[in-house]
Amino acid sequence: MLLTVACCRFASSTASSTGPLRVCVIGSGPAGFYTAHQLVKRIDDVHVDILDKFPVPFGLVRFGVAPDHPEIKNCINQFTVLARKEQCRFIGNVGLGQDVGLAQLRPHYHAVVLAYGAEEDKELGIPGEDTPGVYSARSFVGWYNGLPEHRQLDPDLSGEVGVVIGHGNVALDVARMLLTPVSRLKTTDMCTHAIEALARSRVKQVRLVGRRGPLQVAFTIKELREMTKLPHCSTLIDPSYFHSIKSLLSELPRPRRRITELMLSVAENRGDKRPAGGKEWGLSFLRSPVEIVSSPTTGRLDSLRLEINKLQGTWDSAKVVPTGEFEDMECDLAIRSIGYKTVRVGRDVPCDPVTGIVPNVAGRVLDRNKSYIRGLYCSGWVKTGPVGVILTTMNKAYETAEVIQEDFRSGTLPEPERGDILEKLNNELGVDTVSFSDWENIDRHEVREGEKKGKPREKIVDLTQMMDIVHKSR
Amino acid sequence: TTAARRASDNDGRVTVWFTDRDGDVQTVRAKLGDNLLEVAREYDIDLEGACDGTLSCSTCHLVVHPEWFPKISDPITEEEEDMLDLAYGLTDTSRLGCQVVVTEDLDGLKLTIPMATLDAREA
Ligand SMILES: Cc1cc2nc3c(=O)[nH]c(=O)nc-3n(C[C@H](O)[C@H](O)[C@H](O)COP(=O)(O)OP(=O)(O)OC[C@H]3O[C@@H](n4cnc5c(N)ncnc54)[C@H](O)[C@@H]3O)c2cc1C
Ligand code: FES
Repeated sequence: MLLTVACCRFASSTASSTGPLRVCVIGSGPAGFYTAHQLVKRIDDVHVDILDKFPVPFGLVRFGVAPDHPEIKNCINQFTVLARKEQCRFIGNVGLGQDVGLAQLRPHYHAVVLAYGAEEDKELGIPGEDTPGVYSARSFVGWYNGLPEHRQLDPDLSGEVGVVIGHGNVALDVARMLLTPVSRLKTTDMCTHAIEALARSRVKQVRLVGRRGPLQVAFTIKELREMTKLPHCSTLIDPSYFHSIKSLLSELPRPRRRITELMLSVAENRGDKRPAGGKEWGLSFLRSPVEIVSSPTTGRLDSLRLEINKLQGTWDSAKVVPTGEFEDMECDLAIRSIGYKTVRVGRDVPCDPVTGIVPNVAGRVLDRNKSYIRGLYCSGWVKTGPVGVILTTMNKAYETAEVIQEDFRSGTLPEPERGDILEKLNNELGVDTVSFSDWENIDRHEVREGEKKGKPREKIVDLTQMMDIVHKSR
Repeated sequence: TTAARRASDNDGRVTVWFTDRDGDVQTVRAKLGDNLLEVAREYDIDLEGACDGTLSCSTCHLVVHPEWFPKISDPITEEEEDMLDLAYGLTDTSRLGCQVVVTEDLDGLKLTIPMATLDAREA
């Protein structure tokens, strides 16, 4: 593509350059850290700045991953080792598009990597979506995980029946938090405000509603198996969905086959070990919400109107076809968990208006004319869309690091024209930047507060309070 | 193999061969009782281990040479199978490195670190 042309033009400037390859990564989630990790590993003389809009690092590892899955957060250990290395520097409390623009950053670096994740939730786009009692998974997760903007959500958990719209791992996380005995949550890093609210919760039944069938679920087997083992909670899956599927089982790829077999075995065992007074959760397939109905007297959530679907085509490319038949599902709480989307962080940051993704090939960002923008890359959910687990994000981040290395070697990267960005941020732009050791002070504070309550940490959920600790400990 | 066995008696280690992502072979002396993730870390072999061996990430995925696969004494648990379902480039002789402990029987063990290639599930 255009790359070869750019190659010749700029080869000379790199040849004469001195000093390390300077890279700026925007976003300190798994994408940002794994990209930096791979750059430091592959390139001897490199310096990577990792910027984040929050004073605290790690993105969705802190604000997304469920509190009862601390093992998943172990990747933080490796990120911390990296952040303490000389070749790497965390600069927190700097929002791209808020505190600094892309055009201001780029002259300081050979390469800038966009890794700011997907910050918004997708909406259903149906009538009644703003009815009291309806929440987005993003805000619900943010509430129990201490995301500053959602700490005051205070969801209404006074009814018995909850519905989660979506069949992904986030939907399972949400259901699990609603149904797990609070005694188990108390020893996690879930925010105390959420633990207290869940202790008062009356929710007993949670139904996960999906547009498609059992062969199209997006959650993974480990998370599903965990749900089937929740204490005092039974799993309800209607076996009739599996009639036509049974004969297909042996042809499915192994992961799809195993998860389907698990659902099938649970479906066929239903009803027999349902504990009296216990809780239950279940999966409903082939249902698309078309309207959220509120009670005419209270204005509160009353039910979901669902359209019944059927599927056309093979299981891995099945098309949803509405049947024109409807069904009402009564509920007291509804949480939509149909995905995240990328937000635009500035006019000079390319973004596909339809997909929300930063247009790219293997992590090299493209401009409107589909030619490469030299020195601009992307990684993580902005690169791939908001799909996949940390493993996926890691593999794609390595790909981005590899193309940066390639471009560095072939001399296609623009030479930085300016010096250290930190000076500009602190002095010229008046940003109150946070270093990794500042974060470590916040971290220690959180761990200490947690210890008092027998928890691994108590997260600070207020940005001003975070900055107070930063200033006081300096 | 008698010589190898004797060597393991001496230093409590056996020989393990890793083929890394670039196709290069590295031969290491693995400590008995360590799991394969720990072995890789000791020798700075590029095996991720994002969850630090807690069976929740599958980034320590290794393909075992078919001849050696049956010699591994640690059985594959349901939990390991579940995590393997997420691994890139899953094969019939795949294991998670953090779940396989080095024993005397594994002297000469041959392993490949699979390439992280695109996977159908991402689409
Ligand atoms: C609720 C939830 C639970 C999950 N649980 C699991 C799990 O159990 N296991 C698993 O493997 N995966 C899990 N995932 C998926 C995993 O979190 C993602 O694969 C991964 O976090 C994506 O990495 P990322 O770096 O692209 O995005 P993020 O983790 O979102 O990181 C983006 C970073 O960019 C920062 N940022 C955003 N905007 C700006 C800006 N304008 N300027 C500067 N910085 C900015 C953010 O503060 C954030 O730190 C979960 C996801 C969600 C949503
Ligand atoms: S290190 Fe995570 S599963 Fe082995």
